[in-house]
Amino acid sequence: MELVINGDKVEVPNSVETIAHLLHHFELQQKVVIVEWNAKILEKGLHQETKLCNGDKVELVHFVGGG
Amino acid sequence: MNDRYSRQELFAPIGSQGQTKLRKKHVLVIGAGALGTGSAEVLVRAGIGKLTIVDRDYVEWSNLQRQQLYTERDANLRIPKAVATKERLTLINSKVDIESHVMDVSVEEMEQLVKDVDLIMDATDNFDIRMIINDISQKYQIPWIYGACVGSYGITCTVLPGETPCLNCLLETVPMGGVTCDTAGIISPAVQMVVSYQTTEALKLLVEDYHALRKKLISFDLWKNHFAAINVEQMKNVSCLSCGPNPTYPYLAFSNQTKTAVLCGRNTVQVRPSKPMDRNLESLAKILSGQGGKISQNPYLLSFSIGNHRLVIFKDGRVLIHGTKDIAEAKTLYHRYMG
Ligand SMILES: [Zn+2]
Repeated sequence: MELVINGDKVEVPNSVETIAHLLHHFELQQKVVIVEWNAKILEKGLHQETKLCNGDKVELVHFVGGG
Repeated sequence: MNDRYSRQELFAPIGSQGQTKLRKKHVLVIGAGALGTGSAEVLVRAGIGKLTIVDRDYVEWSNLQRQQLYTERDANLRIPKAVATKERLTLINSKVDIESHVMDVSVEEMEQLVKDVDLIMDATDNFDIRMIINDISQKYQIPWIYGACVGSYGITCTVLPGETPCLNCLLETVPMGGVTCDTAGIISPAVQMVVSYQTTEALKLLVEDYHALRKKLISFDLWKNHFAAINVEQMKNVSCLSCGPNPTYPYLAFSNQTKTAVLCGRNTVQVRPSKPMDRNLESLAKILSGQGGKISQNPYLLSFSIGNHRLVIFKDGRVLIHGTKDIAEAKTLYHRYMG
């Protein structure tokens, strides 16, 4: 499946079916992340059930503390 | 009069009117590490009226690669960052009133520091203090600009009380642990990029060009060539305890603060997170293994020796820092390795 992640076309494996899988794929599952899916911000509670489709636009921002 | 600000005044959105406004503004920078030295230098060169900067740490050799106001002399003599910063900034622009404090900032200190401040710049390295900044910002209606970086990644967001969501709205949970600049490293361009975003937003605010403010949370990874921008306006939580209509400013309450205590006669400081947590000692051991220290572990705790210090990390989140009685030093070590 091809997604547009942070503006770039990215090919993800077929095992990535949901937002939660996608976060896992990018090793972000333990981080505090803001997810925007097709221009809507998704609450954390919806990550599991939100199914991805070819061409979906996803923006991912994770918080870090350093400085 | 000289023409030191001529190029900035030629820049139409600032102009001579903007320059006059800048001259009257007071900015508080929390932290004088990489982000803090970067922001402070930009703002002082730009000609703000007053800068207050605070930091609890002293200069070390590992700072010089990116903390732009410091020199080898500062590292050799272990000059407190707040002192070295003031010296250098005064040489750069003697017309700016610079106040600096060698200080471990918590709620009480923040309450004192924000008097007459127009803007708070976040240049800290942990979320404990950021949540305090966030609540103080709401309580006194002072904007603040979040900025952070690690590796080649950076993130920033501008918080305007009464308008934008606050950090408490954006974070469903406060990030705990994770990699830090001292465990995952950091490259200077990532710092500079965050500083550029933060200080540009600062200049817009200070010259009161509010329409020019960026309304998005942004992040980037310079090494991986990634960039993301999210419009977070819809994340404003109407019942937020920090920025909602009935605020309690939860992070200004004693119960929500990380506690420290010197353990009598043991040359040890205990650091206890505000809430019990379940630390993953395995992944922590992995993160710390690259640090050149010595690690030993049992099912209940992890012991990490580095230099003259030993950190003993319990599963419930507590950390004993052996080899110091100084709370500020203990906090520095805690946030350096625990995030
Ligand atoms: Zn809020």
